[in-house]
Amino acid sequence: METKEIETKVETKEKKPLEKVCLICAKGSLEDVYATLVMANGAVMEGIETNVFFTFFGLDGITKKEMNHLHTATTGNPAMRMPGGLPFPTMLGGLPGVETAVSGMMRKQMEDLDMPPVDEFLEMITAGGGTIYACKLAVDMFKLKKEDLSDEVDSIITIGEFYELCDGDRTQIIFT
Amino acid sequence: MEAKTIAGIDLKVSDDGYLEDMTQWNEDIAREIANELNIELTDKHFEVLNYLREKTKAGETLTIRKVGKSGIVDIKELYKLFPKGPLKFSSKIAGIPKPTSCI
Repeated sequence: METKEIETKVETKEKKPLEKVCLICAKGSLEDVYATLVMANGAVMEGIETNVFFTFFGLDGITKKEMNHLHTATTGNPAMRMPGGLPFPTMLGGLPGVETAVSGMMRKQMEDLDMPPVDEFLEMITAGGGTIYACKLAVDMFKLKKEDLSDEVDSIITIGEFYELCDGDRTQIIFT
Repeated sequence: MEAKTIAGIDLKVSDDGYLEDMTQWNEDIAREIANELNIELTDKHFEVLNYLREKTKAGETLTIRKVGKSGIVDIKELYKLFPKGPLKFSSKIAGIPKPTSCI
């Protein structure tokens, strides 16, 4: 009985580093797409095999026309504040042009931290060996074609094919 | 922090194996750390290492994007030079602290 306990302890001490991460991006706001991109790029930089699957509104993050003009929501976003920290009135957020201006400011702040625009971020991920996929069902639903998507997109696959890519006992699936 | 002898020199290194004092670094130390990581250093490697050291001395935060825009290598080449650790391994070999950037 005692030996068994010791064995368990030794087992938990052994390091089991992540070997693969599979990220799913299903939302198309600036912060949702960037969360995915930062985590994907970070995994590639750590030498972890990385697959990224864009689906539903997340497809905006890999659509040529949209990817560098993503917005952050200025209404219905309780964490949105004015510069200086004062609350951001929801009614103000609904005025025409406000969301565009706020999103532009966010992008500027990210650029200051050396965060690249989305197209360049995707290139960085594939340059390190990460792979980017688009969801077949969502692509069909939004009536998109492969040529509408970033050149960094490897292929359009089904969710079943995505799960096949997620094999291995040191794999994590992350849904952002 | 621990003491370690690399290339015949007694060095202080962090728990992760990064040099504590970047001024103790020399090319032989770089080669030996690179060996441990199964990387054989070429002139191109040293160009990157010297760039990283210069930027660190200047107090700048390093990112692979910055290295990719340095004119020395693009990001793909950086990954080829330092497989599976473009910033981590290059920093370790360059004798500078562990990178604090997420990009």
